[in-house]
This record gives sequence, C-alpha cells and structure tokens, in this order.
Amino acid sequence: MALFILKRLVLFIPTLLGVTLITFILMQSLPGDPVLGMAGEHANPETIARIRAELGQDRPLPLQYLGYLKLLSAGELGRSYYTNRKISDDLFEKFPNTARLAFAAMLFASVIGISMGVFAASRRGTNWDRVVTLLSVGGISIPVFWLGLALMLLFAFYLQWLPPSGMGNGSLMYIILPAATLGTFSLSYIVRVTRSTMLETLSQPYVAAARAKGLSESNVVFKHALKNALIPVITLIGLDLGSYLNGAVLTETIFGWDGLGRYALDGILKRDYPVIMGVVLFGAVIFVTMNLLVDISYHFLDPRVRVRTER
Amino acid sequence: MLNNLSLTDLTSNTPAFIAVILLVLLVLMAIVGPYLVAYAPDALDLDSLRQPPGKAHILGTDSKGRDILSRIVSGARISLSVGIIASALSLCIGIFFGLIAGYFGGAVDAFFSQVFDIFLAFPSLLLAIGISAVMTPGLTSAMLAITLVGWAGFARLVRGITLSLKEQTYVEASQALGASSARILYRHILPNALPLILVAGSLRVGGFILLEAALSFLGLGVQPPTPTWGSMISLNRVYINSAPWMVIFPGLAISITVISFNVLGDFLRDKLDPRMQV
Repeated sequence: MALFILKRLVLFIPTLLGVTLITFILMQSLPGDPVLGMAGEHANPETIARIRAELGQDRPLPLQYLGYLKLLSAGELGRSYYTNRKISDDLFEKFPNTARLAFAAMLFASVIGISMGVFAASRRGTNWDRVVTLLSVGGISIPVFWLGLALMLLFAFYLQWLPPSGMGNGSLMYIILPAATLGTFSLSYIVRVTRSTMLETLSQPYVAAARAKGLSESNVVFKHALKNALIPVITLIGLDLGSYLNGAVLTETIFGWDGLGRYALDGILKRDYPVIMGVVLFGAVIFVTMNLLVDISYHFLDPRVRVRTER
Repeated sequence: MLNNLSLTDLTSNTPAFIAVILLVLLVLMAIVGPYLVAYAPDALDLDSLRQPPGKAHILGTDSKGRDILSRIVSGARISLSVGIIASALSLCIGIFFGLIAGYFGGAVDAFFSQVFDIFLAFPSLLLAIGISAVMTPGLTSAMLAITLVGWAGFARLVRGITLSLKEQTYVEASQALGASSARILYRHILPNALPLILVAGSLRVGGFILLEAALSFLGLGVQPPTPTWGSMISLNRVYINSAPWMVIFPGLAISITVISFNVLGDFLRDKLDPRMQV
C-alpha cells in the first residue's frame, strides 16, 4: 500500500516539474525583460538583482530554468508590478477565500447533484428523467459568467432575497449565489454520471437478487446500489476542482469575491505579468496535488482496485 | 460504423433533430447574417442608448447605441469560427501524437503520456489565460491558446483507442505482410478510431466555444470594437440591473449554441460508441 503511494508520487513529480517548465517558457515569451516579469517594475533593486542573479540571463536557458526552480522552492514567486507586494503573500491571503467558495460550491454540487441523479435513475424514461437530463445538459452549456449575472439579476435585484455581491464578513447569505454559480457546471456533470452509474448498477445481478430476497425498493437503492454507484462520482467531485479553479476567475469577478480568481483578473486587466504567471502556476500545482490525493483515496474507497493493485 | 447511422435515426430523436436544425441556422446566420441585418454592428446611435427591445431594434441597443441583434449575428462568426477551428486544430495535433504514443508504446508512449499529463495538469482557463496573456490579444492568440489547451485531451483519448485497436487481428496481419507503421496507422487504425474521435470532438466543441467566450469576457480574445458574445457581456454587465437585455441576449446565444453541440454530441455517442449500447 505504501508502495502504491510511492509509485503515484514518482509520477507526480515529473508532472509538477513539467508544469514549472511550461510556466517558465511562458515567462520567457513575455514581452520585455523576463526578470521584470517576475520581479515587477517597482521592486527594489536588491530583489531585482537577486532574481536576475538566479535567472542569470547570461547563462544558457536550461541553467536559467534551474535558477527559476531554485527561486520557486524558496517560495519566491516574484512581486506584483503595481503593488510590489510579494505574490506568494497575496496568494496565501486570497486562497482561503477561494477555497471556502469552492468548498461551498462542491457541497452544493454534490448534494443536489447526487440526489437529482438518483432521482432521475429511479424514474428512468419518464418526463422527470427527461427534465433532469435537459437541465444537466443546460448546466454544462451555460457560460459561468452569464449564469452568475442571471442569478444575480433574479435573486438579488428582482426578488431581493440575496445580496448581489461582496463577501459580507463571512455571512452565509453572501456565499449562496457565488457558490451556486460556481457549482452548477460540476453539479450537471455529477447528475449525468450519477444517473448513468446508478442505471448500470441497478441492472447488476446482485440488485435483482436483493429485490428477489424481498428487500424494499429504498433499501435496494440506497443501501446497496448507491454505495457502488457513488465511487466514480466521488472521484469526479475531486477532479472537478479544475472547474472550480477556472470558474473562480469568472465567478469571483462578478460577485466581487476577494479570492484568487479576482486577483488573476486584476492581473490580466493591468497586464501584471508576475501575478498572472503566479496564479497560473499556483492553480496548476493545487490541481495536480488534488488529483494525486483523489487518486490515492480512490485506492482506499474501491476494494476492487485495492485487490487488483496488491496482487 | 458510420453505416449504423441513418437519417431516420436523426429525425426520430427530437432533441438531436432540433439541435442540428439550430446549428445549421447558426452557421447560416454567421455566414450571411451580417449582410441581412438592418444596422452595422459598430454603428453608433447616440440618440438611442440602452434601448429595450422594440420595433426599431428587435433586441435593443447597447451602451453605445449599437444594435444588439446585429452584434450577436456578427459575433456568431467569431465564436463559431474560433470554436470550430481551434477544435479542428487541436483534434489534428491530438490525433497525431495520440496515434504515435498508442501505437509505438514503450519509451515513446511513456514520454508522450508524460507530456500529455503536463498539459492536462493545468486548469484549462488558467492555461488559456497564461498563453494569451503573453501574446497581443486577438483572434490568433485566442485560437492558439485554446488549441494548446485542448490538444492533450484528444491525444490521451486517441492513445487509448489506438492501444486497444492495435491488438486487432487485421493489424497483426498487416504487420506480417510488412506494411509500414505509417500505413497501418493511416489505413487501418485511424479509420476505425474515427467514430469515437468524432463523438469526443463533438462533445468538446461546446467546451471550446465556452472557453473562447470566457477569454473574450476577460478581455483576452478578439478585441473591441469587433463584437464577440463574451465581450458584449463584460462590456455591458455594469448595466445588468437597468438594462439586462444587453447581457441576457449574448449569453442566450452562447448557451443555445453550446447546448446544440452537446445534444448533438450525446446523440452521436449514443449511436456510435459501442460501449454505450445498453
């Protein structure tokens, strides 16, 4: 079992390095001085000198890349062009907000998504099923930023049930609209996957056996079928983190949420390259790490996988 | 496998049929629409700013007095062309590397799979932002960014298909006859992989269109004054409360387009993917 984790880590590291390599290449392609691309124009001369020393533009590119890695491992992501704040400081300050939003979105997506998926599977072929399927197709087709604006229009401006934007010192009312917006895409995927795995599971012989034994339908559906059907769905929930990181850029902008997404957007609007590169790199690292964790947990969740790999 | 598909399959499935009709209309709108609309998309009319939908302007006007319907019709060209061209490009690149990785196996496969994984390690929008931010924003940067984001997903898919197809007897027979790898890939594996690739492609076009819309929304795609559906939403979103039609209609256009592609893709998957034959 430890061997399995070790094997996964071995695959994780080259991917992580590859991510830094691509970010490095992107930074080299920036217009202007790549050192300023990290240090920011207004950084004090010592910071610029230090970064220049590491990136060492007189050295061949591969050595520059190694210098870049050295800076990264020291937690140095550079400084914003405009505020001259350390990007790593900014990221650690704003990441918890995005994490909170993503968690709320995940909760929203999984609870409602799984319920709707089970519901649709149990009512297969009926109009309810068709409605759910149509809604789920709609959910993956609607642009996140438009959905956010539409929800804001309906619930904040017309109905006036919820505040239109802002974080409101952590009050629950403020997180509902952004979380619903962010989670809809994931929710729709979860509905689709839950529905199809439930349908597949319900056609398995052991389900027919359970029914023949005389177990109640709800017992069959919830105690037996659902547990097995949930396995791919749980990995989906973890992997959808990518959609939350993407969606955060758009959702946070619309709802004025002070997280990574809005930080990235500010960077884009101001052409603040160090910020843009920092967020891209950070986002990718989080994504890869989460995938690794999901991968490892899959091993524990599905006994069939465990038996297969331990043989 | 494409002979399983007939026209009656399409007409008997109402959602798919509607989707195809909508897409055909969209393409027609993109091609001839700009010549048929009453107003030019960038014609400013400072007397009718932010007009609600009415007789003179069927979908209303935006914050600069431009007719929204004309802008949506012009925007269709950009959204559809970027979405479709970027899909086609990343499909080609993905097929190329996927076939190589899957067929040759061993160290070649290990290397390319690692490259695919690295590209797939980035959340798609973040990578697209990173790529288009380093270039001058515009049509080329958007297409390039979306292509570079999408190719690895196709490559991994094609690699998987190739891995299973290369065990087929006809491949073994070709190898025994001394056929070159290129010939086997081109004549045997690719044609058999095509239906599954087609399904994957049609299911992803929608995602590419959404990606282009997001990039325009962020200001990284085609620049104003050229209208794109995404930038129309971002430029007018401050007026969401007072003049919501300026935001609702472009978003509706995006949604209808993407839904149609997704419904079509689902239909193709139901018909062409043998695994889904329940």
